[in-house]
Amino acid sequence: MFLMTNTETRPSPAGSVRSLYTREYVKRISVIGILLILLIAAAILSTGIGTVPISPQDTVLAIAHSSAQAIRSLLSSAIPGAETWYDAHFPAIPVPSNPQAELIVTGYRLPRIFLAILTGISLAVAGAVMQGLLRNPLVSPFTLGLSSAASFGAALAIVIGPGTAAALIGYDLFIIIMAFLFGWLSMLLVYWISRSRGTTQSTLILAGVVIGYLFTAGVMALKYITNNEKLRELMVWLMGGMWGASWNAVLLLIPLVLVCVVLLERMAWDLNALSAGDDVAKNLGINVGRLRLSGLMISTFAASCCLAFTGIIGFIGLMGPHICRMIIGNDHRYLIPCSALMGASILLVSDTAARTVMSPIEIPVGIIMYVIGGIFFLFLILRARGRGLY
Amino acid sequence: MELVIEHLSKDYDGKRVLDSVSFTVSDREILALVGPNGSGKSTIIKTIASVHEATEGSILIDRKNIGTIDPLDLAKRIGYVPQHFTYTLYSTVFETVLLGRRRHIRWSVSEEELSRVQQALDALEMGDMAGHFMDQLSGGERQKVFIARALAQDPEVFVFDEPTSALDIRYQIEVMETMRSITRERGAGMIVAMHDLNLAYRYADTVVVLNRGKVAAYGKPHDVLTPACTRQVYGVESFTIENEFGEFIVPFRANPS
Repeated sequence: MFLMTNTETRPSPAGSVRSLYTREYVKRISVIGILLILLIAAAILSTGIGTVPISPQDTVLAIAHSSAQAIRSLLSSAIPGAETWYDAHFPAIPVPSNPQAELIVTGYRLPRIFLAILTGISLAVAGAVMQGLLRNPLVSPFTLGLSSAASFGAALAIVIGPGTAAALIGYDLFIIIMAFLFGWLSMLLVYWISRSRGTTQSTLILAGVVIGYLFTAGVMALKYITNNEKLRELMVWLMGGMWGASWNAVLLLIPLVLVCVVLLERMAWDLNALSAGDDVAKNLGINVGRLRLSGLMISTFAASCCLAFTGIIGFIGLMGPHICRMIIGNDHRYLIPCSALMGASILLVSDTAARTVMSPIEIPVGIIMYVIGGIFFLFLILRARGRGLY
Repeated sequence: MELVIEHLSKDYDGKRVLDSVSFTVSDREILALVGPNGSGKSTIIKTIASVHEATEGSILIDRKNIGTIDPLDLAKRIGYVPQHFTYTLYSTVFETVLLGRRRHIRWSVSEEELSRVQQALDALEMGDMAGHFMDQLSGGERQKVFIARALAQDPEVFVFDEPTSALDIRYQIEVMETMRSITRERGAGMIVAMHDLNLAYRYADTVVVLNRGKVAAYGKPHDVLTPACTRQVYGVESFTIENEFGEFIVPFRANPS
């Protein structure tokens, strides 16, 4: 009989799903491992290269020496007299042969490298999560207008300047909060549009582009009306770059980004379920509305607090996750960490190129990202075309 | 298991689309919801599947209102296959079916879950397609993947919104045969919205005919799917024939509306 009458007909080779899963698992873990090694290697390399080349030996010495100094002074400020105990128990680390090395490495390059890594992580993770939440392969902090909105918030904070609010909570934090508020405003607009009837995937992207224009116009207007001193700072926000790097910024961002990434990683399975559609996710017991709002809010926060220091950095949230999806697939448990490392690597390498290619002249990394990212975006549009995916 | 729908009503934008619908489904029973477009089939299915809430009335599973059951526990009891399905770029067949096990997975995927996925795929003869990307499949294969996802969920009741709409006639019969053997073997109940009256005739134990949000007829296929019913509900003239393969209903002319 040609009809299938029971569930035992033609069983597939035993354990084929299991071997598939094991294979995928090994691949995903290896890719994440390799990316981590590449990122660390890139970070070490870019510490050494720049307008003033510094030998690997001096780089290591500079980092070791200044870390030891930092620990020593931290100890002595906590416990009076601890520095004598420290000197007695730990050998003194020699200073680098190049007298400038320590200042260049720890004062300029390291904060900048950290900022590039943190920004890459937060934008790529935000992109991966937003794509999952809105089930649209073309959304990212940049294509939804969030980057421009957050930059406008930050620029506004700069123009208002260190006033009462800033004095109360600190200037850096004030800039972050302003960036987040405007970033969140843009995401609420996007969320509202995505919920209204008849919204297609392309409507969302077009709306994002328009929101982006509006806030970019806002930054331009601020630039036009503001005085000369703040002009240069605003130029940074428009073009996007790592000039805002400082240890203060980095130390503030590390916990914020870390907490956001952990919170988003915890949503991984629900994000996976959402890929089968809202209705199926609801049947699986997921509160889709709450997931979408909280996911968007956390990813907006992660992206905005980095954008507050760098200005508009485009496309990293689109490229990072997409390259990872192509290699390891859609399982958000692996996609989120993989995108984080990919985004960080791309942005770090681009920023290092930005400050070394035409050395001593620096190109804003935002411009590099526009060029690479723009080409990538076009490639995605052409690739997704005709698959009915947006 | 017994699923009781009691005076279920639903309003959309102030318009009543379901009006006091009642019926019951038990273990091993296949109940077909038939009726013209817009008669409320999908609305009933989606309300039972917790996609949206009822305006009035109640849905009871073993005498417990589904509104009072933890959504995650409910996911173990009611499995849903939507009419329109969504998938994303780079999603694989395996990942889609695995979602049916979401309720049982905390973080890592156990051997048990993997073998459930394997069984669900084998039941639909798709075991060798586990690694395929969703966008490489035909419409019919994709629909089968979503059916496999509901099988992996291993619920007490399946609610299917036109599960055979994208399938050609061979697939339609295969899928309905599979579903019938699964409801019999696992002792699950099934509510299925469908357009094909003959599939309903052949596979359903009970039929609910809907018309403008109300139950127009409710009973055994033989008693419900009659020429009088198609005339009243669809405005279509039909006749029934009976031969050694069973009973069939043949629509042949639409009455002027």
